[in-house]
Amino acid sequence: MRLTQGKINELLSESACEHNHKKEGKGKNKSCTQQAQPGAAQGGCAFDGASIAMVPITDVAHLVHGPIACAGNSWGSRGSLSSGPTLYKMGFTTDMNENDVIFGGEKRLYKAILEVQQRYNPAAIFVYSTCVTALIGDDMDAVCQKAAEKTGTPVIPINSPGFIGSKNLGNRVGGESLLEYVIGTREPEYTTPYDINLIGEYNIAGELWSVLPLFEKLGIRVLAKITGDARYHEVCVAHRAKLNVMICSKALINVARKMEERYGIPYIEESFYGVEDINKCLRDIAAKIGDADLQQRVEQLIAEETEKLDQALAPYRERLRGKRVVLYTGGVKSWSIISAAKDLGMEVVATSTKKSTEEDKARIKELLGKDGIMLEKGNAQELLKVIAQTKADMLIAGGRNQYTALKAKIPFLDINQERHHPYAGYEGMVEMARELEEALYSPIWQQVRKPAPWEEVLV
Amino acid sequence: MATVTIPKKSVAVNPLKQSQPLGAALAFLGLKGMMPLFHGSQGCTAFAKVMLVRHFREAIPLSTTAMTEVSTILGGEDNVEQAILTLVEKSKPEIIGLCTTGLTETRGDDMEGILKGIRKRHPELYDLPIVFASTPDFRGALQDGFAIALESLMRELPQPGVTRATQITILVSPAFTPGDVQDVKDMVTAFGLVPVVVPDLSASLDGHLDETYSATTTGGTTLAELREIGSSVFTLALGECTRKAAEVLESRFNIPFEVFPSLTGLDPVDDFLQGLMDISGVPVPAKYRHQRQQVQDAMLDTHFYFGRKRVSLAMEPDLLWTWVHFLQSMGAEVQAAVTTTKSPLLEQLPIETVTIGDLEDFEQLAAGSDLLVTNSHGKAIARRLNIPLYRQGLPIYDRLGNGFFSKVGYTGTTRLLFELGNLFLEQEETKVRH
Repeated sequence: MRLTQGKINELLSESACEHNHKKEGKGKNKSCTQQAQPGAAQGGCAFDGASIAMVPITDVAHLVHGPIACAGNSWGSRGSLSSGPTLYKMGFTTDMNENDVIFGGEKRLYKAILEVQQRYNPAAIFVYSTCVTALIGDDMDAVCQKAAEKTGTPVIPINSPGFIGSKNLGNRVGGESLLEYVIGTREPEYTTPYDINLIGEYNIAGELWSVLPLFEKLGIRVLAKITGDARYHEVCVAHRAKLNVMICSKALINVARKMEERYGIPYIEESFYGVEDINKCLRDIAAKIGDADLQQRVEQLIAEETEKLDQALAPYRERLRGKRVVLYTGGVKSWSIISAAKDLGMEVVATSTKKSTEEDKARIKELLGKDGIMLEKGNAQELLKVIAQTKADMLIAGGRNQYTALKAKIPFLDINQERHHPYAGYEGMVEMARELEEALYSPIWQQVRKPAPWEEVLV
Repeated sequence: MATVTIPKKSVAVNPLKQSQPLGAALAFLGLKGMMPLFHGSQGCTAFAKVMLVRHFREAIPLSTTAMTEVSTILGGEDNVEQAILTLVEKSKPEIIGLCTTGLTETRGDDMEGILKGIRKRHPELYDLPIVFASTPDFRGALQDGFAIALESLMRELPQPGVTRATQITILVSPAFTPGDVQDVKDMVTAFGLVPVVVPDLSASLDGHLDETYSATTTGGTTLAELREIGSSVFTLALGECTRKAAEVLESRFNIPFEVFPSLTGLDPVDDFLQGLMDISGVPVPAKYRHQRQQVQDAMLDTHFYFGRKRVSLAMEPDLLWTWVHFLQSMGAEVQAAVTTTKSPLLEQLPIETVTIGDLEDFEQLAAGSDLLVTNSHGKAIARRLNIPLYRQGLPIYDRLGNGFFSKVGYTGTTRLLFELGNLFLEQEETKVRH
């Protein structure tokens, strides 16, 4: 797949993404096409985004065609877990030197692909282009094709130079390659009326493992996980599913929409966080599959799990009730975590809406109530200001804000891709409650806030 | 004398090295009121930032010119200008450290011209030093980028001045942790000397709680100190990669220097303290004489466990030098040595070969050794080879207190002796049948 400007524009203006729907009838919401601001931008690049979305395929060798920074500074640091192969955790890169930049990196890339294939025999090789290789004009698609013919192993080009845009665009670029080269290239051994795909769930901290047993109990088969703890071949057969379930993210919406176009697979958007949302997710899937028996099984499961959960959460609810939280995270996660926090009796006093769509924002408004603050944009300073203003007890945010909070002596919970605890599903709720309680009630807070006894107390 | 080998292969598997801009950022982060700025796409900054945040468990100031495809084609001048103006407005840095990346070096942005233009258009930036380091990702490794930044700092900031008899400059390689730097400062001040340490990571990334929030570094070498370096009587260059920066000071101000490639192990520490005594004319303080007796005693206690142990090392050249000598001084053998980049030190290493390679090479060479020493990426290898891992270098994600750890001086050496000794001891005990 050549990545032309037209293609990028198509991905940026993805029609199924509400970011691109009319904003109260007044032109388009520009958040996807917004350019990063020099000196202020904090986020990752398109290559980062493509890696986040593709690297969780566990039996694939992920080869980065570029100088050392792209892979050398990032490999092996992502939180998606595998139930089997560990190949995806290895860092492969062409580590281009000055000569490659001057004379072109195609030869090195070709040889690199052959070496990886010989030494590691992966199910497939995903090759990522980067700023430098895009700039010098290496014809990656041609090299990949030639190498695939030579090795008999699928070699998938992912045109993800960082400078084309944000992480979000990178996610979609990765998704485009799946649509173009992977999905539909194989047939499943058998199909059932209960086959679904999960899209946009990356098995961070093993979250899938609190959810998959629920599906199993209900008799729902997850045909392909795109891409958490996935094997290459399951992604190949994804086109035979009856339903696509997009989890907590617009990141791979292009995959869901185009699978609907090409294969007639409907899609729904769901979340695994919080009791209400996980209940809704199971109900929606059953309704979409349209099997009365399944719907009844879902109701039974929800009743059982909710009762179990209520018992498990009771002691935490007591301790968490009325605690004030500032939430700082992107997109759909905002509302799904708000509803999880509300389940626990906590009060979300402010939340970010930077990456949220109009629809997300409407939901957030409803959940927050009239006093809730919606942060359109922000940096560490503003975040601290809001925490002080609202007299919040803690911050829930991504890892990059961890030290903003801790240095200000404010309890913190990490909910982004680097986190170490799974919060999805019913089990995840208990885990989250436990972590929140631990953070809020740690005996260290009064100690780190205590002035030295020999210092004068300001009256 | 070691033979330096570079494996002939087209793919790096499990890279050991990191990029030059990351190294330059680390050097810049040892300055107070600093905001490092990468001229590249935003991912260049994001990856470096995440790695440093996770290693040091600290908030890390690091910014980007956020280059896009279009701005790359048109040239990055506007982005550099806008980034600097935005930083001045929002973060109020006392100094900016500007580095290039693979992207902007490939494109060939004329950085000197760009900076000149910005200075001309914005006289209000007159008082703001912007130190520039050319650090393409497709050349060298972290240590090289660090050295380039340090050299730029020495070229641009120190001013000539009247020599002060007790002021010395200490240039520090990335082989030294914030904790190491603190211990060096303690040793030097014990001789009545006043050190100007560049970069002073012990004041910025050591992990301490400040009263207020700042968008830039809250500690480190101050601008005033940097400007007064011309008044120092001597330069101590700690780690080989700081040699060029010391040479800059020698040629600019006639300040003599000496390179101390390691401060771990009895001999290197003896040499260092003797050097401080020579410079200051102050005898070695009683405290250190006692610490020397302690380290000698620790050597007696631990040597049973070090003798003939085979250790495999994967780390940057300066750190590698320290470890090879330290291990050999205890009777251990170096089975494998893998490093990231060229250095004049490599050929002088008292081992047979050293490989400039990746952790795939390391895994092959290290099989059968008693201990692995490398960064956190060695964890999976340690598991596969069933060999214990001692974490050194960067990044270390799965250990706490990386800023606090120190291996220099007699106490640092003693700590290392006991920590490694305990690893070996445990290993021997598990082998004994009960």
